[in-house]
Amino acid sequence: MSATESRAARLRGLGRGAAPYLLSLPSWAYLTAFFVVPMAAMLSMSLATGNPITGYVFSWNFAEFGRAVSQYDTQLLRSFGYGALSTFITLVLTYPVAYWIAFYGGRHKGTFLFLILLPFFVSFVIRTLAWQFILADQGFLFGTLKQLHILPERFYLLSSTTAVIGGLVYNSVAYYILPLYVALEKIDRRVVRAAGDLYASPVATFWKVILPLSAPGIFAGFLLVFVTNVGDFVNAAVLGGPGTTMIGNIIQYNFFDAQNYPMAATLSSILMFLLIVCIYVYARIFGAEQIQEYAA
Amino acid sequence: MSGVPSTLDEGRRGPARWLLAVYSGLFLIYTLVPIAVMITFSFNQAPNGRVSLRWIGFTLDSYRHAFAIADLTTALIHSLVVAVVAMIASVVIATPLALALARYRFRGKSATDVVIFADIAAPAVVVGASLLSLFLTLNLPRGLFTIFIAHIAFDIAFAVVVIRARVATLDPALDRAAADLGATPWVAFWTVTFPLILPGIIGAGMLAFALSIDDLIITSFVAGQTLTFPLWVYGAVKTGIPPQVFVLSTLIFLGGALIAVLNSVLAHRAGRRAAA
Repeated sequence: MSATESRAARLRGLGRGAAPYLLSLPSWAYLTAFFVVPMAAMLSMSLATGNPITGYVFSWNFAEFGRAVSQYDTQLLRSFGYGALSTFITLVLTYPVAYWIAFYGGRHKGTFLFLILLPFFVSFVIRTLAWQFILADQGFLFGTLKQLHILPERFYLLSSTTAVIGGLVYNSVAYYILPLYVALEKIDRRVVRAAGDLYASPVATFWKVILPLSAPGIFAGFLLVFVTNVGDFVNAAVLGGPGTTMIGNIIQYNFFDAQNYPMAATLSSILMFLLIVCIYVYARIFGAEQIQEYAA
Repeated sequence: MSGVPSTLDEGRRGPARWLLAVYSGLFLIYTLVPIAVMITFSFNQAPNGRVSLRWIGFTLDSYRHAFAIADLTTALIHSLVVAVVAMIASVVIATPLALALARYRFRGKSATDVVIFADIAAPAVVVGASLLSLFLTLNLPRGLFTIFIAHIAFDIAFAVVVIRARVATLDPALDRAAADLGATPWVAFWTVTFPLILPGIIGAGMLAFALSIDDLIITSFVAGQTLTFPLWVYGAVKTGIPPQVFVLSTLIFLGGALIAVLNSVLAHRAGRRAAA
C-alpha cells in the first residue's frame, strides 16, 4: 500500500510541484514578518546603546549581556529554579492522571479530557486571581481556620515561593497532561501484555516498558511547560511578593518603567536562547517531525 | 489506533487501579476549585464595590449590574473583537499550510515544522518582547491593530497543528477520485476536502478564539493604552477586584462550556450518521 501511495504522491508531485510552496506561502509570509523578523529586531535591540530620552541606536554592544547576567543573576537563577521545580512537580502530579485516562478511560476518554480543559474557559489571570483569593491571609479559608485556632495567627502562604510555584503548577497542568496522554495512548497494548506474559511484575512493566515508551510525551511536555514557566511573570505578580520576582517581571519593568529597551531585549534574548537549546536537544533525540504531534 | 481494543487491562481491577481512579478524581476536583470559588463569590454581596474575601450573603446584584463598569465592558468588547478577528484570519492563513504539510513532501518542510513548534513553545514573554522590539523599531503606535498582528501570529501555529491532524486522517484516494471524475483541484478542494476537514477547521478556530481571549502576557507588550479583558483585570489586581469581573467571567465560562458541549454532541451525531 505504501509503495503505490508513494508512487501516486510522486506522480502528483511531478504534476503539481509548486502546490506545496503556494500553499505554504501565506503562513510563511506571515510568520516571517511577525515571528522571525521580530526575533531579529529583538536581538538587534539587545545590541543597541543609548538612553530613554535620545533613543537607542544599533551598535554591536554585547556588554548588555554581561550586565544582564551580573545585575539580574538572582532573578535569572530563581526563574530557572522555579521553572524546573514547577515543571517537575507538574509531571509527577499529572502523569498518573494521563495514565489513567489513556489506559482506563474507556469510552469516556473524551469526557475526561474535556474536564481537564474546562478551566480554560476562565481566563488565566482570573484563575490565578482566584488562587490569590483562596490563599489570602484573612480569606474564607485561612481566615476561618485561624478563627478556629487550627492555624496560628501568623500563618501565611501568599507572597511566598510556595504560592508562586503552586500557581505555576496549577496553570501548567493541562499543558502537561495532553502530551503525556498522546504518548501513553500511542503505546501498543500488546507490548504491555507481552511484558506481563513474560512474567514482568506490574511495577517492572511500568518502569521498563510504559515509562520509556512515553518518553517523547514526557520531554515534549517538559519543554512546553518549562520554557513557559521560566518566562512567566503573572504568577509572581499575583501570588508572589518582593522576594519572588522573576525574569519576566524584570523584562516588563525594563520595557515599561525604566524604558531600558536594550536590557529588556537582552533578557528576552536569553530566554529565547534557552528555548532554542531545548528545541535543538529535543529535535536531536526525537526528530523534528514528532515535535509537532505533541504540541497541541 | 492499532485497532486493539483498550479493554486489555480492563480485567485487572486491583487496588492500584482503584487508587489511580480516586487520585484522578481528586485531581479533577483540584483543577476546578478556583472556578467553583469564582462562581460562588460572584453571588456574594459586595458592599464597597470590591469582591469580599469572606462570604457576606447571597445576592444577584452584581449580575443585575454586570455591565455597570464602562471601561471593563469596553475591554471585554475589545477582547471579543480581537478573538474573532484573530480566529478567522489565523484559520484562513493556516489551512493551506496544514494541507501542504499533511499531503506533500517538500523542501523546507522540516524547517516549517520547527518554526511552527517554536511559535507554540516560545515563552509568551519572548513573543511579546520581540514584537514590541519590532514595533518600537518601526515606530508603529501600539493599539488594537498591533494586538491583531500579535494574536494572529501565535494562533496560526496552533491552527496549523489542529487542521493538519484532521487532514492526515483523510484518505488521499478521495482527492484522486474527484480528479478522475474530472474535478479541477479547486473544485475538488471545495466539494470534497473542505467539507471533510471542516470539523478540524472549526476546532482550530475555537482553539484560536480561546487562546486569544485568554492571552495576557503577549497582549501586555503590544497593547499600548488599549485594554483587553485580561489586561483590565490584571491592572485591577493591586487595587481590588470589582464583583463584575467574577460575574462576566462566570458568564464567559458558562457560555464557552455550553458551546463546547453542543459542538461535541453535534459532532458525535454527525459521526454516527456518517458511520451508518
